Amino acid sequence: MPHVLTRSLDRGTTLFVILVAACGVLIPLSNLLLPTGSMLQVPTYLVALFGKYACYAVLALSIDLIWGYCGILSLGHGAFFALGGYAMGMYLMRQIGSRGVYGNPVLPDFMVFLNYPKLPWYWHGFDMFWFAALMVVVVPGLLAFCFGWLAFRSRVTGVYLSIITQAMTYALLLAFFRNDFGFGGNNGLTDFKDILGFNVQAEGTRAALFALSCLAIIVAFLTCRAVVTSKLGKVLIAVRDAESRTRFLGYRVESYKLFVFTLSACMAGVAGALYVPQVGIINPSEFAPANSIEAVIWVAVGGRGTLIGAAIGAVVVNYAKTYFTSGPLAPYWLFMLGALFILVTLLLPKGIVGTFNPWSERWKADRLTANSESAAAEDGVSEPRLAE
Amino acid sequence: MIPKFASEAPRKLANFGIGAPVAANAFDRLRSIVLSVFLIVVLTLPAFAGAFDDAVAKFANDEFSDTEEAIGMVASSGNPLAFPIISALHDDRLSADPDTKKVYITQQDGKIIDAATGTPVAKLPDNAASVRLNNRLRRSVEAALGSLTLLSPDPAKRIAAAQTVFKSHEESALPVVEGALAKETNNAVKAAFAEARAAILLNKSGTSDADRLEAIATIKARGDQEALALLTDLSDQSPLVAKAAATAVSSIQSRLAIWSAVQNAWYGLSLGSVLLLAAIGLAITFGVMGVINMAHGEMVMLGAYTTFVVQDIIRTSFPGLFDYSLFIAVPLAFLVAGAIGVLIERTIIRFLYGRPLETLLATWGISLVLQQAVRTAFGPTNREVGNPSWMSGAFELGQITITYNRLWILCFTLAVFAILLAMLRYTALGLEMRAVTQNRRMAASMGIATSRVDALTFGLGSGIAGIAGVALSQIDNVSPNLGQSYIIDSFMVVVFGGVGNLWGTLVGAFTLGIANKFLEPVAGAVLAKIAILVLIILFIQKRPRGLFALKGRAVEA
Amino acid sequence: MDVRATSALLYLDGVHVSFDGFHAINNLSLTLEPGEMRAIIGPNGAGKTTMMDIITGKTKPDEGTVLFDGVTDLTRLDETRIAELGIGRKFQKPTVFESQSVEDNLLLALNVDHSVKGTLFWRGGKAEAERIERVLETIRLKDARRRLAESLSHGQKQWLEIGMLLAQDPKLLLVDEPVAGMTDVETHQTAELLKEINKEKTVMVVEHDMTFVRELGVKVTCLHEGTVLAEGTIDQVSANERVVEVYLGR
Repeated sequence: MPHVLTRSLDRGTTLFVILVAACGVLIPLSNLLLPTGSMLQVPTYLVALFGKYACYAVLALSIDLIWGYCGILSLGHGAFFALGGYAMGMYLMRQIGSRGVYGNPVLPDFMVFLNYPKLPWYWHGFDMFWFAALMVVVVPGLLAFCFGWLAFRSRVTGVYLSIITQAMTYALLLAFFRNDFGFGGNNGLTDFKDILGFNVQAEGTRAALFALSCLAIIVAFLTCRAVVTSKLGKVLIAVRDAESRTRFLGYRVESYKLFVFTLSACMAGVAGALYVPQVGIINPSEFAPANSIEAVIWVAVGGRGTLIGAAIGAVVVNYAKTYFTSGPLAPYWLFMLGALFILVTLLLPKGIVGTFNPWSERWKADRLTANSESAAAEDGVSEPRLAE
Repeated sequence: MIPKFASEAPRKLANFGIGAPVAANAFDRLRSIVLSVFLIVVLTLPAFAGAFDDAVAKFANDEFSDTEEAIGMVASSGNPLAFPIISALHDDRLSADPDTKKVYITQQDGKIIDAATGTPVAKLPDNAASVRLNNRLRRSVEAALGSLTLLSPDPAKRIAAAQTVFKSHEESALPVVEGALAKETNNAVKAAFAEARAAILLNKSGTSDADRLEAIATIKARGDQEALALLTDLSDQSPLVAKAAATAVSSIQSRLAIWSAVQNAWYGLSLGSVLLLAAIGLAITFGVMGVINMAHGEMVMLGAYTTFVVQDIIRTSFPGLFDYSLFIAVPLAFLVAGAIGVLIERTIIRFLYGRPLETLLATWGISLVLQQAVRTAFGPTNREVGNPSWMSGAFELGQITITYNRLWILCFTLAVFAILLAMLRYTALGLEMRAVTQNRRMAASMGIATSRVDALTFGLGSGIAGIAGVALSQIDNVSPNLGQSYIIDSFMVVVFGGVGNLWGTLVGAFTLGIANKFLEPVAGAVLAKIAILVLIILFIQKRPRGLFALKGRAVEA
Repeated sequence: MDVRATSALLYLDGVHVSFDGFHAINNLSLTLEPGEMRAIIGPNGAGKTTMMDIITGKTKPDEGTVLFDGVTDLTRLDETRIAELGIGRKFQKPTVFESQSVEDNLLLALNVDHSVKGTLFWRGGKAEAERIERVLETIRLKDARRRLAESLSHGQKQWLEIGMLLAQDPKLLLVDEPVAGMTDVETHQTAELLKEINKEKTVMVVEHDMTFVRELGVKVTCLHEGTVLAEGTIDQVSANERVVEVYLGR
């Protein structure tokens, strides 16, 4: 659908795509071709770090798609990210083969250690890259589809939905911590050796993974862009602003929500899959509710409903996190993060891009408030009341 | 629910820590008893020469069969030296000279006595070797020891000894048990002896069927796991006895099942009270104001830290007041958490009304700040909060053990709930709160200062969370992460029970608590927890407004 | 009676709904013939809005029959399905999509393919553009087509919402208080507009404004405590003793 992709590629959008593409090309080239220590050479550790940010940016895009455009605040998107990561991690584990500590050609080390007699059924197929790559999208997508089908059909909305998405990721956190769940318990999956035959630690692989992550940002961005600028995007905004009204116009709101929620979960899964080989580990702490909610604040900082803002927010907040947690200010990072949550919601509801970018989507927080109030009144989801 | 798992394990460890010195004390007491017995022995010694001497001498033969015979004879001799000998044998302190056939006891203080006479000996002969045991003999030794302590002057010891005999049902102990039973005056000990005797008779070959049936009846009356094990292990019995045993087994099993259900229900009530305590405050802020307060858990944590500070001051300055520390901490925790709640409402939340999702994010930020503030002030590790004496310990109720701290927390929770209900119903603030809940605009036009009501409501909700913190400090680790472990559970309770309905919160908390504890034995703690989360998620699909949701236009206005 | 029931476009019989013991709708029976325009009046709490909720599937009645076109049981369908059948609703408070343009609001309302796939791959056609053009003209918002709905005046929003109803092209329009907050001139224009619409469609109007109802000049039904109190011309209904009693109090 080329017309969809080219439609309304305005100046801001074009600039953003070019910028990300330039990063994706120039940073790996500088890292690989320039001599180490040169002024312009990007050291390998930075490439890995930027690669991580790029994955976060994809996750932020996926959250912005549902929160910024459809009003679904998921506090469990970290779960989809982690599931994608686990799918990739399983492939990487199988690639270790007999090079593990125990030298078992089939069973990963932790299974030998925990006396697994054979590979659990759900580990089969992950030795093939194509299968793992498929699962990266299918598993989070399927979970989101089932969860969303139940939730949206019975019209669980607003904070209720947020709370049960949080419960979902919490339940998964507990499950993945268990040794007998078959995913390495609290140590998770690590000690990866190679991916598609390339050493994961090698500079070339890291550079390539970084370039791929940048490509993922561009693809995710253009996909989201295509969705939100289509007529479907208008329906999503309509659902966000006045869900009940949309229903009375004859739109099956739950199908729309289910579609974007699933799409968004698939994107989050891809982000997680790219993240794992770059950081070299995936463990259950990725499911922690705090991670998911932190990802939401990236979007809020960058500006929700702007897409570009989500990506920028993810990079800015994570850069700040790296900067502060590695310096003498480390103990104060949580103060800063907490203050960021408070200040952004109070003073900068449109986020950086929404406030300062003239090309941004129209995002009138104050208007939206009035809207959501009236919509809430229509939906019967206004303030709950206390009776004894 | 999780906080429970998280909290129980360290508590249990702590109990072991306290348990060790207690055991050591008991051991000291045992030793003094042994010594006094020994003194009596020394004084009355000559009367028991002869058979006893021969029996003792058998230990020197270095034959397992002789040793076994000797154990039986010594144990049933009634000789006061019997206990020192058998316990020395048990502890590998009995040595024998194969040439002289003399047997020696190395006492725990290192002194050596002649086992047959009790006279002190300067040192062990060079060729004396310790009497060897194999596993079978070790069991006989233990059984013999059990029967010997049956004569201890301490009733608790006698009961413990009777239990040992009951488990081992060693035939050799029968005469001692019967003798002890005849002399016994204490009813509890008497029952224990009777059970021990029944256990032996039941397993002894040559007991008449009538006696066996009687024994089964006695054991059935006991009705615990051990009785069950004993009756299940029976073999080669006459059909009559076997049938009686089978009936007894099934009757015990059904009784045990009931007790285990009672036990689970109690654990569930206890967990439910913790959940309710953590969730009540949330039910108020969420119910009245529609505010999702993600910092609610941190209010609980602040209450727990208030308790810590109060106890700290008491410990250093007024040690005598320690038992009253909680009474001081409750109002203080209410004020501290309540004041911070009002502050948060006035400076942040009031700007976000009508934007529930933003409120959620902002309060999450507040929770991070509060956590880090406490971490900075008190350090990241657990702080010690003690139980006052009236909250420590436990008592037995039938087959279950009830700890006082859990019981008091249940009572406390119900009291807080009742006070809150009464407050909402009978006070001016309660009336205003209900008015604002039902129709904010109307309440405002009736002259109610809604913003003041909002601030007070938020303060009230936070203050109750603070009170919850005082109670939870008694069963959970007081650390900066305390609140995090309760927040999801509290939300689940409120959402499950139905927003805006305190009774719903009550029913929700106890339902989830009990359901969780009944699932635990089946699925294990973590899976039970996951199952509950999944069930709630499914439940919300079915009833998006919770168990006790209000219906109709009242909700929609 | 049976013949009338099948020929009616909307047929309510013995409808009953209660919320926690409060009888919002009590044995309500009402029929609307195809092509008819009906005005519904009644004091606050008479059950007017709840009745619309029942017709549009937002509230399920405890008992009673609600038939559309003589055959379709509306009580078993949800809002989306009922909207697809051709029942459009204008809310008491004007509810438009504020952060989208006037044109987009109408585009969303058009009764074309409303499936996820259909909207994702949607490409505007000439016919659609013409229809939007016609509606814009009818509701006199041609010059405001690119403005955000939020920037419209209250009256314009009311009209935009009526415009959305037109774009939806339903068989039956339920219009809840269309002239609340309008000037006299706007009220008059709205009455004219509704009469114009009524030439092709069946309309049910809930309104408090008696001048407006009089101007419509159609059959009036007065609801009270969830049941029909009186029915007839505006003069007949105003003369009805019980109606006067209900409105003025005893």
